[in-house]
Amino acid sequence: MIEMIKQTKIAILLLLLFTLFTGLIYPVFVTGIAQLFYPWRANGSLIEQNDQLIGSILIGQAFTDPKYFWSRPSATTPYPYNSENSSGSNLGPSNLDLLKAIQQRIDNLHQYDKNNAKLIPIDLITSSGSGLDPHISPQSAFYQVSRIARERGIQEEKVKSLILQHIKSPVFGILGEFHVNVLKLNIALDDLNSS
Amino acid sequence: MTEIGLLQILIYLIIILLSVKPLGSYMAKVYEGDFKFLSSIERPIYRFCQIAPQQEMTWKSYLSAMLVFNLTGILAVYLIQRLQNFLPLNLQGFTAVPPELAFNTAASFVTNSNWQAYGGENTLSYLTQMMALTVQNFLSAATGMSLLIALIRGITSSESTNLGNFWVDTIRGTIYILLPLSLILAILLSSQGVIQNFKPYQKINLIEPLNYQLSITDANGQSIKDEKGNPKFENKILKEQIIPMGPVASQVAIKQLGTNGGGFFNTNSAHPFENPTPLTNFFEMIAILLIPAALCYTFGAMVKDKRQGWAILLAMLIIFIPLLLGTVISEQNGNSALPSLGINQIAYPGLSPGGNMEGKEVRFGIVASSIWATATTATSNGSVNSMLDSFTPLGGLIPLWLMHLGEVIFGGVGSGLYGMLMLVIITVFVAGLMVGRTPEYLGKKIDTYEMKMASIAVLVMPLIVLVFTALAVVLKIGTESTANPGAHGFSEILYAFTSMTNNNGSAFAGLNANTSFYNILGGIAMLIGRYWIAIPTLAIAGSLARKKVIPSNPGTLSTHTPLFIILLIGITIVLGALTFFPALALGPIVEQLMLWDQYGH
Repeated sequence: MIEMIKQTKIAILLLLLFTLFTGLIYPVFVTGIAQLFYPWRANGSLIEQNDQLIGSILIGQAFTDPKYFWSRPSATTPYPYNSENSSGSNLGPSNLDLLKAIQQRIDNLHQYDKNNAKLIPIDLITSSGSGLDPHISPQSAFYQVSRIARERGIQEEKVKSLILQHIKSPVFGILGEFHVNVLKLNIALDDLNSS
Repeated sequence: MTEIGLLQILIYLIIILLSVKPLGSYMAKVYEGDFKFLSSIERPIYRFCQIAPQQEMTWKSYLSAMLVFNLTGILAVYLIQRLQNFLPLNLQGFTAVPPELAFNTAASFVTNSNWQAYGGENTLSYLTQMMALTVQNFLSAATGMSLLIALIRGITSSESTNLGNFWVDTIRGTIYILLPLSLILAILLSSQGVIQNFKPYQKINLIEPLNYQLSITDANGQSIKDEKGNPKFENKILKEQIIPMGPVASQVAIKQLGTNGGGFFNTNSAHPFENPTPLTNFFEMIAILLIPAALCYTFGAMVKDKRQGWAILLAMLIIFIPLLLGTVISEQNGNSALPSLGINQIAYPGLSPGGNMEGKEVRFGIVASSIWATATTATSNGSVNSMLDSFTPLGGLIPLWLMHLGEVIFGGVGSGLYGMLMLVIITVFVAGLMVGRTPEYLGKKIDTYEMKMASIAVLVMPLIVLVFTALAVVLKIGTESTANPGAHGFSEILYAFTSMTNNNGSAFAGLNANTSFYNILGGIAMLIGRYWIAIPTLAIAGSLARKKVIPSNPGTLSTHTPLFIILLIGITIVLGALTFFPALALGPIVEQLMLWDQYGH
């Protein structure tokens, strides 16, 4: 019993000390280093336009206008790309709700691009894990070229070369996948029209 | 599978294997007290806490020190959550965490499970994340390693009652191993875009305002319906996006290294702020396996026979690698229901990841998501970079079954290897029965007492998982939380209790686990799963320590040979497969068969 009391005292003191070390000094120290050497990245990779914050290149936005590249579907609630509540759909592969949602997305893509008979890339009609995926696959970007070119009245070649400029390769050519940042691509699209 | 994908897996495994020896021998020296370069930090801690570092403990004092320390931790985490609205650094003004959820989260983080019934970005203040969760990420991991070291000392010492000092082991594990590694990883991660700040959430102006429909609800949160019974909607326009902030990198680093896995954000490491690039993803995947793999070498070094450590590591790898490939192949094949809809699931290098992309992020694709899913459930990490609930049935079965093996294929830091050593004891015993000799392991006789304790350690987990799952399946409060119908809904419940009892923490996240039923029952499952294995383990350590070391003779079963490795793998798989096959048949197996039946292969 005396040993237990002694141990309880040690436990409380040690927990206090480690709360200070690992719960305060450690995160504050890392914050200090991060803010000193790469503050932009440590603060969310936010980008500005005309002195206004217009987004983070890491957090996707829900583009649905046919003249923009569309992002992947998002399952966040109550609206897509709600970054205050990241979430996947968590629908199982055999769930009919998943098939219905996918069918609806396919119809939506076809509605704005009736003559596009290409197979639809899988990532363009499935929702991402975080619901905030900022990227689409290069194939999904190329799939949308005909619609965007028509809506904006520009040549398809121009849109394609814009995509090519924005494709990110896997790290060291091996890790991860080829991907395109939708926000950056759409900003570049708007710049193309205004210039 | 593409060639690049295969190369990615290969490089991952090679880097892990290369780090086993240097880190493993470093950790052995830390626990043997050979390093003194941080003694200027160590000594003041001992003095402040009134610890006598030279004083060795019997297994019972070691156990009570561990339990008292963990209990203090549970109380602290609970209190901080309950009082977060009065404490500083609550920039978003979150209310106190409800009691059941706070209990569940406290049990979850102290037992190294890190089951997430909470949604980080809309529930917990920065202070709670740091001073409650991050602290326990360190301490629960250090506790696991201390228990392992105590067991190793039990094996190596002769006719003694001493297992070392719990406080010293835990302090050393934290300041020599976990803290330095986390510092390096946190700085690396934040340099790549994992956020690390104390700012309030940022408001940004959307380039394209979003039109959406919001269902109208009454005061009770029930949606109001029109005459036809359809829910009513109102149209809304959204012009802004609220970007969450916080000290994320420091928490993510230790959550991966300490096989914790509880995320800063709701979607864990799928969230771009926890895991923004393929490179951060690779660092984090290495961190998941790093310490559990290296501890095998530490074991070999401390028992003065490195072959013993390599043999166990090899057994783990032989089970791990085929399962890893199985997950990748299953996910890359995709959902057999989709091709008929005019969708392309084939992978084209440079163009599309293909495969089952529901619940996965484009930057990781199929391969990096599948490696992660396998590694995070082989270890008891439980962080996710894709939503396992949306995996193909076979792709989801593998993570589930890896946990069913008892989290011994790498497993949690410390806890994985001591779990595996329980299976080694059982294997030695079974082998002894076959040849009719008294079983021994590393010069220690394995008697009835050790076998009883090892059996308890191995059998408690399946008992809790199956009984709790059965309970949830027959109760309405259990089944109404499921998000998917049919067999998949059953898989969600089975996965939840498997994950919590094995202190893993990953989820088939469609299940709404933030209910009183799941919070309380799950909290109990996590506590039993951790301590009812830890206690028999320490009892064995105490009993082995008292025994004399018998020199080996030609008749001794050597425990580093291919024959023994095969036996150990056999025992591990037979125990896991036989216990859980009926349950798995009702969940993922039947779901896969139904998919194939309906849509073809």
